[in-house]
Amino acid sequence: MFIINCPYCGEREQSEFKAGGEAHIVRPKQPTELSDDEWAEYLFMRKNIKGIQFERWVHTHGCRKWFNMVRDTSNDEIKAVYKMGEKPPAK
Amino acid sequence: MIKNLRVKTSKFIDETYKISFKFNGTTYYGYKGDTLASALLANDIHLVGRSFKYHRPRGIMTAGSEEPNAIVQLHSNTSRTEPNVRATEIEIYEGLEALSQNCWPSVKFDIGGINNFLSPILPAGFYYKTFMWPANFWEKYEYFIRKSAGLGKSPTESDPDVYEHKYIHCDVLVIGAGISGIMAAKTAAKNGFKTLLVDEKPYLGGSTIYQNSEHFKINNQISSSWLEKEINEIKKINNLEIKTRTSVAAFHGYNFLLARENLTDHLPLENRDNKTRHRLLKIRAKKVINATGSLERPLIFDNNDRPGIMLSSAIEKYANLFGVVCGEKNVLFTNNDSVYETAICLYQKGINIEAIIDNRENVDSKLIKETEKNNIKVYKGYTVVNTSGYKRINKISIMQLSKDGQKVVGSKIVIACDCLGISGGWTPAVHLFTQSGGKLKFRDEDQVFIPNIYPSNQISLGSCNGDFTLDEILTNIPKALKDFLDINKTDYENLEVQSSFNKSKRNIWLLPSDKVIGRTKSFVDYQNDATAKDIKLALREGFRSIEHVKRYTTTGMGTDQGKLGNMHALGIISETAGSKMGELGTTTFRPPYTPLTFGTIVGRNVGEYFDIFRKTPIHEWHVQNKAEFENVGQWKRAWYYPKEGENMYDAVQRESKAARDSAGILDASTLGKIDIQGTDASEFLNRVYTNAWNKLAIGKCRYGLMLNEDGMVYDDGVTTRLGENHYIMTTTTGGAATVLGKLEDYLQTEWPELDVYLTSVTDHYATVSVCGPNSKKIVSQLIPDLDFSDENFPHMSFKNTKIGKIKCRVMRISFTGEHSYEINVQANYGKSLWEKCMEAGKEFNITPYGTETMHLLRAEKGFIIVGQDTDATMTPIDLQMDWIVSKKKYDFIGKRSLYRSDTIREDRKQLVGLLTENPNEVLEEGAQIVADINKSPIEMLGHVTSSYYSPNLKKSIALGVVRGGKNMMGQKLIIPMENKQINVTVADPVFLDKENKRLNA
Repeated sequence: MFIINCPYCGEREQSEFKAGGEAHIVRPKQPTELSDDEWAEYLFMRKNIKGIQFERWVHTHGCRKWFNMVRDTSNDEIKAVYKMGEKPPAK
Repeated sequence: MIKNLRVKTSKFIDETYKISFKFNGTTYYGYKGDTLASALLANDIHLVGRSFKYHRPRGIMTAGSEEPNAIVQLHSNTSRTEPNVRATEIEIYEGLEALSQNCWPSVKFDIGGINNFLSPILPAGFYYKTFMWPANFWEKYEYFIRKSAGLGKSPTESDPDVYEHKYIHCDVLVIGAGISGIMAAKTAAKNGFKTLLVDEKPYLGGSTIYQNSEHFKINNQISSSWLEKEINEIKKINNLEIKTRTSVAAFHGYNFLLARENLTDHLPLENRDNKTRHRLLKIRAKKVINATGSLERPLIFDNNDRPGIMLSSAIEKYANLFGVVCGEKNVLFTNNDSVYETAICLYQKGINIEAIIDNRENVDSKLIKETEKNNIKVYKGYTVVNTSGYKRINKISIMQLSKDGQKVVGSKIVIACDCLGISGGWTPAVHLFTQSGGKLKFRDEDQVFIPNIYPSNQISLGSCNGDFTLDEILTNIPKALKDFLDINKTDYENLEVQSSFNKSKRNIWLLPSDKVIGRTKSFVDYQNDATAKDIKLALREGFRSIEHVKRYTTTGMGTDQGKLGNMHALGIISETAGSKMGELGTTTFRPPYTPLTFGTIVGRNVGEYFDIFRKTPIHEWHVQNKAEFENVGQWKRAWYYPKEGENMYDAVQRESKAARDSAGILDASTLGKIDIQGTDASEFLNRVYTNAWNKLAIGKCRYGLMLNEDGMVYDDGVTTRLGENHYIMTTTTGGAATVLGKLEDYLQTEWPELDVYLTSVTDHYATVSVCGPNSKKIVSQLIPDLDFSDENFPHMSFKNTKIGKIKCRVMRISFTGEHSYEINVQANYGKSLWEKCMEAGKEFNITPYGTETMHLLRAEKGFIIVGQDTDATMTPIDLQMDWIVSKKKYDFIGKRSLYRSDTIREDRKQLVGLLTENPNEVLEEGAQIVADINKSPIEMLGHVTSSYYSPNLKKSIALGVVRGGKNMMGQKLIIPMENKQINVTVADPVFLDKENKRLNA
């Protein structure tokens, strides 16, 4: 169980949080303009990297805020956390 | 005749404190300080159990938690009975009762022993190979296999003991209180770190504390005396907490560890009441110091499992710590120097040693010289090739090893003995380190895996790090501690160490025999009866990965996880397959390090605390009125209210009829309620529901369907516009939390520009729903001032009003198809409101109904229940609810997915009504629906999702999903059941009052 540094609350146990999949996938502004393939790309396709991954997390049993995390999935090392809308750190 | 096998007083044993205990029904005596194993050995008992597969007699092998053989059942047939307790760990107490496991009728005569003679036909994978055919016989095979196998019996009564969980945060956690752990804990604590030191044993000091040899000295004191002073010092340090009888079970990432603190297992049963038995410690440590020590390796040779064959270090521990002699005619067998310590220790206590067999040829050291000086015969370059003695070893045969160690030469020498101590060197206990994600490296010179890459802030010290000699340990620790703790100096600089250990070792994983391997039984895993032959067979049959070999042969899969033999299994695989040990890797070490009781794992989360449930404010009334309850999410909901003599069916029929004929009342407080405010609230609803919301007038309600982005129905409910920028949304009971989460997600991440605030108010309101043709009369009695005319208060509208002085919100909405009102009040007035409704409804026979009747009534109307009539594959179109999907809205969640190539398929499963040919036949929910019963394989078209007998329509009705069902109106389909077929007709899912006359009545 890792410790997550919530950008709003500080360090808390992982059990207070929920993971929300890959980060920086923006919902298309005009879905109706998209082909089936383009929509499917947004809807279904997610990376599952062994290594550095950008993820969304939410502090469910805390401030309930969503934020982003850079995590090394091979050893669970958290490289950075940052608020929604903030620029992701360079790799 | 009971022999006295106590040698000399040991300071760890209190000989003035005699304890009686029972083993297999016979009463024996031991002393305070004894483990069950040491007390049994003192009574000359070696035979303690039978092996798992061949039922071979087995004895006590070790003196610690790695014990594979001596596992017993405590206090059989009582509520405190426990299987698989290691006799080497459990401390004896007055009244302890233990039984051998794996034997029937008794350990001395075991019918399963016949498996030993059948063993040539019981090779690795025997069960997999034999019991596969014929497939339908498996149930019969299983019955017999389970009966003759099995490790002990689980208790049948509930556990009388109390368990608890505790969180601990510390700067430094030291695991293991041997010499390395003591030095580490003292250094950390003295430098201001809040330190916790844990050890699984009841005493501190590890194996050094009972070491009395002149050959091992620190600053000119015998090592145990030096360590004793250190221990006395650390007990006085304030910020150091010491926990004995505490075994670390798991080492997770980020230095999160679980440990079991054993508080009462060493006490007589009568002293355990009202005490916590085990405490699960959840430890978060900034730094972890592994000082977990090492385990002595056995040697693998033919018949190496007889009672009386023990680890050499165990013999030494029994003699030194417990003052117990394991045998009168001892032989030691080794590939390294450490048995000579045992030999000298036994010799000094006057215990007879017949011989030492050393597989090394040209070897010499101070310890060996001294042993030989004492006239103990040492056979150098020899190996044991066989042993004999059924219930206790009585002799061994030895032969000379060839130069390359691959075969034996010369003639056999037979040596009589009653105890054989074996030592194959030492294996660092790296289990916890690897659990944490640590990577090992293989050290070729002594064939051990040692820690290499640390995944978190931790180090390993002492023999768990591969430092086996006293001088290595004491030289390396100060430097390692200074680096790890970032300090300048320790108390241990320039210690003067005297250590006579010669590190040479001749490692032969499988010792050669004069017999062919097929005729030998060289046990690698004692607990699971896996032999070297089994491992070689697995390799011959094509298994290559060690994880596969492990599972096929069951090596390392016992409750001891193969702590003794795993390395030998790897060695034999690597030699046979010609691969390098370092490249082969190890099997995965999994938590727990030693078994945990279920009580420890669940702690206080038992009984009503096992799964916390939620009650509505009206719950007590339901209980008093004998409702049966149904679990919905975490809620307890009234299911039905049986009257005297009624079963569920009768009650539901009566409730359903009453609700339609006159009046029914339902506790709807569990529905999720989300308060939505903000200038963009209407726009927000527009985006999350499929229908349009910006034109909903204040004071009006609207039903909405919520989709996932993939177009599938996710939740539904009625939302009411309370004000210009204020709505209250209801969700399904089970979906409330996830709906709120989803809405928050979109607001925060996709549409942060919207001015919308969400608040969960589910628990703030109690909701009472009154329905039926007389509902208006009942509710208007409670609120006489309100105009209940259809003009003022039409269907799908809401009023802010008061009942007496209590503010309430009344919605005229309906889930039953009847004219009905939902009254919401502040939660603490809920029960009083309910009682007022019951009072007002008395003259109309107002009937409380539960969830089952609610389900029946809505099914008559063809209203869906999300999660029952839908799963995550149903779009609103599939549900024939096209009317709720706005064509005009540019976008809403899931819109684009409704015309993907897959969702526009005509042959998707669609919701339809089903009527049975025989109106009294009620379908089973979940039953399959087919069209052609003769086709092979039968094509499944769908399944029944809801089914009831409708007392109002006087016939059976059902909803189901059927492939292409929308275009099958009136078509006949078949529901095949186990012993019959039921004919059905596809129908409109709305069975009652399609014109909604009742709503407006």
